[in-house]
Amino acid sequence: MTEVRHERAPGDRPSREMNESAPSEFLVYTIGLVVAVLLTATSFWTANTTLLWSGGVVLGLAVLAIAQMGIHLVFFLHISSGPESTNNVLALAFGALIVFVVIAGTMWIVADMNTNMMMPSGAPMSMRMQH
Amino acid sequence: MNFLGKLDWNAIPLHEPIIMGATGFMVLVVLVVLGFVTVKGAWPYLWREWLTSVDHKRIGAMYCILALVMMLRGFSDAIMIRSQQALAAGGAQGYLPPEHFNQIFSAHGTIMILFMAMPFVVGLMNFAVPLQLGVRDVAFPTLNSVSFWLTASGALLVNISLAVGEFSKATWWGYPPLSEMQYSPGVGVDYYLWSLQISGIGTLLAGINFVTTILKLRAPGMSYMRMPVFCWTALAANLLIVAAFPVLTATLAMLALDRYLGFHFFSLEGQGNQMLYSNLFWVWGHPEVYILILPAFGVFSEVMATFSGKPLFGYRSMVAATMTICVLSFLVWLHHFFTMGASANVNGFFGVMSMIIALPTGAKVFNWLFTMYGGRVRFSVPVLWSIGFIVTFVIGGMTGVLMAVPPADFQLHNSVFLVAHFHNVAIGGVVFGVMAGYNYWFPKAFGFKLDERWGRASFWCWFVGFYVAFMPLYVLGLMGMTRRMQHYDNLSWQPWLIAAAFGTAIILVGVVCQIVQLVVSIRHREELRDVTGDPWNARTLEWATASPPPAWNFAFQPKVAGLDAFWSSKSHAQATREEPAPPRNYEPVEMPKNSATGFVTAFFAVVIGFALIWHIWWLAGVGMFGAFVTLLAFSFRRHNEIEVPAEEIARFVRAHQAGVAA
Repeated sequence: MTEVRHERAPGDRPSREMNESAPSEFLVYTIGLVVAVLLTATSFWTANTTLLWSGGVVLGLAVLAIAQMGIHLVFFLHISSGPESTNNVLALAFGALIVFVVIAGTMWIVADMNTNMMMPSGAPMSMRMQH
Repeated sequence: MNFLGKLDWNAIPLHEPIIMGATGFMVLVVLVVLGFVTVKGAWPYLWREWLTSVDHKRIGAMYCILALVMMLRGFSDAIMIRSQQALAAGGAQGYLPPEHFNQIFSAHGTIMILFMAMPFVVGLMNFAVPLQLGVRDVAFPTLNSVSFWLTASGALLVNISLAVGEFSKATWWGYPPLSEMQYSPGVGVDYYLWSLQISGIGTLLAGINFVTTILKLRAPGMSYMRMPVFCWTALAANLLIVAAFPVLTATLAMLALDRYLGFHFFSLEGQGNQMLYSNLFWVWGHPEVYILILPAFGVFSEVMATFSGKPLFGYRSMVAATMTICVLSFLVWLHHFFTMGASANVNGFFGVMSMIIALPTGAKVFNWLFTMYGGRVRFSVPVLWSIGFIVTFVIGGMTGVLMAVPPADFQLHNSVFLVAHFHNVAIGGVVFGVMAGYNYWFPKAFGFKLDERWGRASFWCWFVGFYVAFMPLYVLGLMGMTRRMQHYDNLSWQPWLIAAAFGTAIILVGVVCQIVQLVVSIRHREELRDVTGDPWNARTLEWATASPPPAWNFAFQPKVAGLDAFWSSKSHAQATREEPAPPRNYEPVEMPKNSATGFVTAFFAVVIGFALIWHIWWLAGVGMFGAFVTLLAFSFRRHNEIEVPAEEIARFVRAHQAGVAA
């Protein structure tokens, strides 16, 4: 096959070169497992440590969590930058966008309405007080 | 603790003549159908060829049949709403007591959105998408059957609620606190919850199935930019299903936890936040309307191009508009509750987004007009529905943009102006779309065309009836009439409501015409027979095979070299005056094997739903166990495919070619 294929045609089996150039599945899963375990262990350590400033702990956990997601995507769900996973990358991007829109939008809307429902005293208006 | 939970003889509303009459009629129809099947001895055929079928065409047809049946149910609710409101002015109370009226409008909304429009749209996608892509089935055929039967289970539960117990009185979106145990202690909301949950899971599975099918299974050569527009709109709609339905499931699960286990997600007690329910419900609810309308847009695109004898105008802009709508539909949900108390910034943002989403839709309208322009348009029934759609949908879209302005919405919110608006887009868009698709693909599905004369009559009754029924509601909304009124004192509203009821009667004539159209077409099927497989001189691959297509769809996988693949192969054959292709060696085809998994799982899903509604915990356990064992048995099945021998395919192709030549 001489032409450059941007996408594996549906139903086609992966060509032999493609299979040979890729690292073995066992290796990929093992690396993934080791890194994932390391990240998990580090998170536990970070959560209990007194070495870091307490604000830094939260930040560190967030970073480790995002790194963990990345490891899972790359090593277990096989998201890559290669041409054959364009669909998966696009689907992931779409999903991330929608999750962001829904969560950020909901927080914005509900927080805004909470503020608007404040009584002059500053306590949120409780519907029970009207009974 | 009671063995049958909350269920006893009081659950059957024997003292309500209207409900019992409807129940009696429903039971009678079911008995007649079952008796007919038994007398004809058609059970083995029905079981083998339909109930356990995993063929996407059969499943698509069953989805559409379910939708048509539920449309009759939802439409009879509509007749009751309109006639009650036409009567109950001033001193008169009409014939429906408030608690019954509340159930009727809740059931009308739930049925029309989730059990009429959704199955119809999914059914058309099921039927047409694999054929248009030039493949033999969807990615997961058995899952497809599970999806359909779960949807049917939800519909069955809604219908059971008519006879046993009651349906929700808390509208089709079920806002708390009204839908909480405190204010709705009956089983109505539980019927609503579990029928939506069960059918929602079915829809989610269908969405996953179709996204996979469109992304991964296409005929060789069919790149994204060569897919028919209907496939693009189906892709967008299914992406929305996958993204939006989990939100509905989670929201309703939280409401169920509130009702069943005393949680406080949305309750007034214990710091619950009922505004969060409205927010989450419409995070699903707004994409949902685009899940319904986008495939309808796809149908219109196919119909316009086919019957104008021209390629679709602006294919690329159509694709871009579809995908833009797909993303933007997740950015407008707050316009359903502008009046809930958000500040001007929030309302302003969502108002502007709601206006922006009208732009790609407007671009599509121009594309359809330019497709017709300069073409030789054949005014067949699908085209009538499409032109009726353009006119009606533009009006509905305008009133929508009007209500996207928050200050205007404060005036119109909860008025019948809003009711008129969303029926304007739902009937003018979705219903006209599925009717166009039904008339367009019927000959492909069953091998004979639908009767033109009755089809026209049906269209004109629907079209005129729609305007007579809903234009008065715009006026009434501006006069200040709110929605969901069982009774009103303002006598100046009554003439308008009588006019609206009259319009509903005209639509009823349209519905009757549709039934007659179907009966007449079946009786005259020999004259209406389509032997060529291409009755409309169409452009896309589904018309390249016989009508009805064989189980394997295509004897050879089509090779696609451009947009409108079938059209270019037809014109190529004409230009070269090619002899019919030399006989080729047919190869055996592997087809997925029938499976009762869907039917049996759905049976247990009904058991689970019914048991949970009536708090019969042991029965729910039995249902869960049954469903689990069914899926387990399926996953241990060794032979998933049967081989269709090459001779059978060759025989079919020869018979088809002989038919075309004759």
